Amino acid sequence: MSVAEEQLQQPATPAGPMIRTLMGVAMLSGLLVVLTFHFTKPYIDENQRRAIEAALFQVVPGAVTRRDFMVTEKGIFPATEKKQPGDMRFYAGYDDKGNLLGIAANTRAQGYANLIHLLYGYDPVCQCIRGIKVLKLAETPGLGDKIITDPVFVANFEALDVRLAEDGKALANEIVTVKHGSKQNSWEIDAISGATISSKAVGKALNESAKVLLPMLVPHLEAIVTIIDEQVTGGEANNM
Amino acid sequence: MARKQNNTITWDTFSEGLWRENPVFAMLLGMCPVLAVTNSAINALAMGVATTFVLLASGILISLLRRQIPKQVRIATYIVIIATFVTIVDYSIQAISLDLYNALGAFIQLIVVNCMILGRAEAYASKNRPLKAFVNALGMGAGFTFALLCLGVVREVLGAGKLFGFDLFGPQFEPWVVMVLPAGGFIVLGAWLLLFEWFKQRKALSESEAVVEAR
Repeated sequence: MSVAEEQLQQPATPAGPMIRTLMGVAMLSGLLVVLTFHFTKPYIDENQRRAIEAALFQVVPGAVTRRDFMVTEKGIFPATEKKQPGDMRFYAGYDDKGNLLGIAANTRAQGYANLIHLLYGYDPVCQCIRGIKVLKLAETPGLGDKIITDPVFVANFEALDVRLAEDGKALANEIVTVKHGSKQNSWEIDAISGATISSKAVGKALNESAKVLLPMLVPHLEAIVTIIDEQVTGGEANNM
Repeated sequence: MARKQNNTITWDTFSEGLWRENPVFAMLLGMCPVLAVTNSAINALAMGVATTFVLLASGILISLLRRQIPKQVRIATYIVIIATFVTIVDYSIQAISLDLYNALGAFIQLIVVNCMILGRAEAYASKNRPLKAFVNALGMGAGFTFALLCLGVVREVLGAGKLFGFDLFGPQFEPWVVMVLPAGGFIVLGAWLLLFEWFKQRKALSESEAVVEAR
């Protein structure tokens, strides 16, 4: 008996059982996924909070407390779930007495393989970037990932100059990545030889973010130099 | 191969996935995660365990529902069931460790299309009792994890000079970067396949010699 004949002789399955099976399985699937989502959500949130804080405390040395803010043209507000047009999110790191040590913000740029995601720490006293932390990268092992491991490259971000220009509307000097060994000014990044594209991506990511965020942020920075009250922090204390 | 469709569970039910029908070394199934996430032993282990969980859970459910699922919609049903368990694994790994989740990347979600799982559902779980399907899936999962570890250990030791994150050779060791790149995956997989084939041939040869001597 050929395959075609075999198929012809099979009794046709009525639509009922097929629909019942598919619906039943889909509903069971939905139930399981929702249950898992609800059960794991607190753990996932906690992991994400810890990851953010670990990164923040690394780029803002000495910080022990974190607050989330957003800045718009009008000023600095505690971060809300809802996004406002033109806002930029950042984290503020405070010492144990509640004094502002620095702020950190996310940025990203296209690297060699994929987007490089960074968190950088800004120190308002020296008006410089005090550290970067690579959050996500897919660069070539042994080459592009030197942006994390190369001590000479990492030293670029001990005090990377991001002073604002006199009018306060832009950076005094844009951050540029220069050829390995030719760094002369404190706003230049000395590229890694053999990983120029990844190095340039870091410079680009920092420049793009800093030149938008800092002119908005610096005039309003007074408002957050200390932790004012628990209202500003909006229940943060509960999940700390 | 004529496999008897009976209900007895033997050691073979479990062990065929480990060795004779090892999903990676014998059937060459699920090559995408095998090559992609075995750049370190811990990633390989996590991927193996995640795949084993999906294999077990989907195997049991499909086996339980095997008389209810009409033939015409079986593949769609299997895929929905497998996708459900993959989503559960996805959330669970995020809850356990974000670092691990980031290291495994999209390959967790891609377990859905791992042909080994759909293959076992179609060829085994849909034809056997839940317990038997469970034992077989456990063997297949263990075989898959074993194979991933074989690759992961070699690639991590040579490519980073470490094993499960512990430094083995000290700072003077120059890592073979190629081993953690995709090319290294192919090289190590090729080497393991060669070794397994050699083992198999040697065993077949000694068996045929034994038969000749017996005559």
